[in-house]
Amino acid sequence: MSAHVDTHTHDDHGHHHKETFVTKYIFSQDHKMIAKQYLITGLIMGIIGILMSLLMRMQIAWPEKPNVVFEALLGKWAPGGVMDADIYLALVTIHGTIMVFFVLTAGLSGTFSNLLIPLQIGARDMASGFLNMVSYWLFFLSSVIMVISLFVEAGPAAAGWTIYPPLSALPLAQGGSGAGMTLWLVSMAIFIASSLLGSLNYIVTVLNLRTKGMSMTRLPLTIWAFFITAVIGVVSFPVLLSAALLLIMDRSFGTSFFLSDIFIQGEVLHYQGGSPVLYEHLFWFLGHPEVYIVLLPALGITSEVIATNARKPIFGYRAMVASIIAIAFLSTIVWGHHMFISGMNPFLGSVFTFTTLLIAIPSAVKAFNYITTLWKGNLQLNPAMLFSIGLVSTFITGGLTGIILGDSALDINVHDTYFVVAHFHLVMGISALYGLFAGVYHWFPKMFGRMMNKNLGYIHFWVTAVCAYGVFFPMHFIGMAGLPRRYYTNSNFPLFDDTQNVQVLITIFALVAGLVQLVFLYNFISSIFYGKKTEQNPWRSNTLEWTAPIKHIHGNWEGEIPHVHRWAYDYSKPGHDEDFVPQNVPMKDGEEELQH
Amino acid sequence: MTGLLTLLILLGITIAIWQMVKIFDLAQANRDQSQIANDKDNSVNGYLMLAFLGFIYIITIISFALWGDLPLVSNSASAHGPDIDRLMIISMVVIFIVQTVTQFLLHYFAFKYKGEKGRKALFYADNDKLEFIWTIIPVITLAGLIMYGLFTWNDIMTINEEDDPIVIELYAQQFNWKARYAGEDNVLGKANVRLINLDNANILGLDESDPNAQDDIITTELHLPVGRPVLFKMRSQDVLHSAYMPHFRAQMNCVPGMITQFAFTPTVTTEEMRLNPEIYEKVRNINKIRNANSKKLQANGEEPLDRYEFDYLLLCNKICGKSHYNMQMKIIVETEEKYNEWLKEQKIFKNSLVQN
Repeated sequence: MSAHVDTHTHDDHGHHHKETFVTKYIFSQDHKMIAKQYLITGLIMGIIGILMSLLMRMQIAWPEKPNVVFEALLGKWAPGGVMDADIYLALVTIHGTIMVFFVLTAGLSGTFSNLLIPLQIGARDMASGFLNMVSYWLFFLSSVIMVISLFVEAGPAAAGWTIYPPLSALPLAQGGSGAGMTLWLVSMAIFIASSLLGSLNYIVTVLNLRTKGMSMTRLPLTIWAFFITAVIGVVSFPVLLSAALLLIMDRSFGTSFFLSDIFIQGEVLHYQGGSPVLYEHLFWFLGHPEVYIVLLPALGITSEVIATNARKPIFGYRAMVASIIAIAFLSTIVWGHHMFISGMNPFLGSVFTFTTLLIAIPSAVKAFNYITTLWKGNLQLNPAMLFSIGLVSTFITGGLTGIILGDSALDINVHDTYFVVAHFHLVMGISALYGLFAGVYHWFPKMFGRMMNKNLGYIHFWVTAVCAYGVFFPMHFIGMAGLPRRYYTNSNFPLFDDTQNVQVLITIFALVAGLVQLVFLYNFISSIFYGKKTEQNPWRSNTLEWTAPIKHIHGNWEGEIPHVHRWAYDYSKPGHDEDFVPQNVPMKDGEEELQH
Repeated sequence: MTGLLTLLILLGITIAIWQMVKIFDLAQANRDQSQIANDKDNSVNGYLMLAFLGFIYIITIISFALWGDLPLVSNSASAHGPDIDRLMIISMVVIFIVQTVTQFLLHYFAFKYKGEKGRKALFYADNDKLEFIWTIIPVITLAGLIMYGLFTWNDIMTINEEDDPIVIELYAQQFNWKARYAGEDNVLGKANVRLINLDNANILGLDESDPNAQDDIITTELHLPVGRPVLFKMRSQDVLHSAYMPHFRAQMNCVPGMITQFAFTPTVTTEEMRLNPEIYEKVRNINKIRNANSKKLQANGEEPLDRYEFDYLLLCNKICGKSHYNMQMKIIVETEEKYNEWLKEQKIFKNSLVQN
């Protein structure tokens, strides 16, 4: 079943091109360079997104007070240093958009799918280097447009990252629904094109370009995760594109797909017959799978990092693959749990409660399997390993509250409160960020040929880990006090006055967490130039990428691509001297391969 | 100018941190030391894992101690409220147990099996029986929760017309709420935003020719009689809003172009709730905070804050624009007599129109 690659044509390919600066660093078609481009663009967007969250946190903690930071950073949106209510909603919106799509989809999946798929399956490059390059540049273009949208006269999009119409459709309803929203939609349409090109490329590459011996059941779990993620993306992103296009039609060409019976600012609008609920269905048909598009690559990275650093096979490989597939399948039939109280038929609510709670089962299997992998291991607590263990921790804490939110009867009560904010930030935000960090620390030597400083990594992890819980654990409790999210200030509700000190506490944790990311940035940038040179296989890992030369070459391996003889998790296997056996090491006489 | 100054200060702080990190970095003996975890790193971080487990437990305990009154789980004021609260408590207990145990295993293993040079890990790749067990346990637990949840959901969402509920429309617009009572006939008059006529004060777009509309009553406060089922019909004139009544465990979106609904029976009057010892204590605490804040305000020559008194509230809980954060309506639950008295004082629609 494994595909054999005709290596000769590719070998020739590697030696013939004369690379210029432009083809090597800018319009590169090499997956390793494209991975770096994704990572650096993602990090820059991440800085913007995190900064926005800190501005929001300061506003919530110290509302309506002049703040020099606001005055400096927000300009006309903070006259006299007091933040404008519209710009608060814009920050909510753009923070969500940037973090979900630009950092955790493109920055995470884009980086590591590109870097690892060819290297770990033993391919010279992606199936189409050209499409891969186009994919990155579309992503770059959409990032630029999203950033430009921050500077339009009437303000950026401010209807929440879900941009529900009619709020997002009517400039009369909100300043941000003018040019800012147009740019948002254009940016997202381009982003989706980028994501689809990337995903198709990943799928084709995994299916067709595996080296000799690399059967699907010998694939590392990273590749399984990237592969299934790409499939979810191809299934669900086009639906968001259709929603965006229909919304553009409603906004600019007078159609009524999502609008009906609207009276605003003293006039009746012509729209008739559409339904905002239709938009919600279309949006969440992507929106929910998107959670797993963000999360599965992080879990894939974690599987690899935990197995390598525990010096143990990942426990229950087949169950892990099965649960990835189960999560992917279920993720496409649970979107309605975002809409229990949207006005859709309550019977549908029952169905979606059922499917939603089912998704807890494969998730639980994954969590237990990670824990069992640690059991009786020989844990090498490198920074990447710490972030992976941290991921399992936040994945459990955040995932468990999903049992409350997925239950329609309970959702009535906590829907759109801070409880939801705490839940999804832990389970997908922090977990996926940890996955990103784990990936960066683990594969930095592969990307840049140098090592990151471990002590700075430790500081980065421990401060971040304490602050992440410090921010989001108490947040569940203000949610349980019934405090709605997306309020510019809570001072109009004396009812919530006793939650204000919690808000201040949360903001302090958030500011410290924000500051400590500078340690990471410093470590990242300085290590690119001055980090200790890496050895061939620093983590003594089994996967194929560590057999490729440290210095990046076009085509990945000199000469023939290594053949694969075993799965990726022969760590501490009895009968071998070393505690790892790379995938390209042939089976010894009489050695048994596990039945996978 | 202050802006520039702030930017400079921020820049200064950033550079300072950068430099500190750099010094720390340089202080790490020499740059060429291995960047791979050694036994010492494993040991230090292993103990930190244990400490972190303690941190998770402590933050849990502190959170429950300080903010454990959980207003969304206690003192509900509707007939179905206790059902939701019970389900919530059961779910939280399940979550709490799983969280405590799994976090313990995760962090304890991370500590216990921290790496040592020369030790070999156990080659242990599979155990169908174990995996079966931890698949089946969540299945059973979730099956129970799903069943319980669905029964509760059905009870709440099924509207029994035989209970003869009072019909009230909740009408949302940027950025306030209106309530429309059906009047004597308990039938809401037909309405559509296209019929809104601001000139004669037909602000909700009622059909002026509909006989059912004539006795409708439009108010800016929501009064409810205790113990009577109420059926809310929600409407919005502009964007999505959400009618959130946390004390009654009730919420439903208001969607332009369609009518949504939600029903509940209020069981505790506003007066009774104010006398509830827990609510009384909560209000006292809030007023303490408000007094402290007032003092600060007065020191700056500003107006002090009003004293807080408990009231049920209807909040907007779906992002709806600039003043979303201040879209609210007071809810007053009272005895049926008081309710009827109040209702009689209100103008009926027919008489509220301005004749030109």
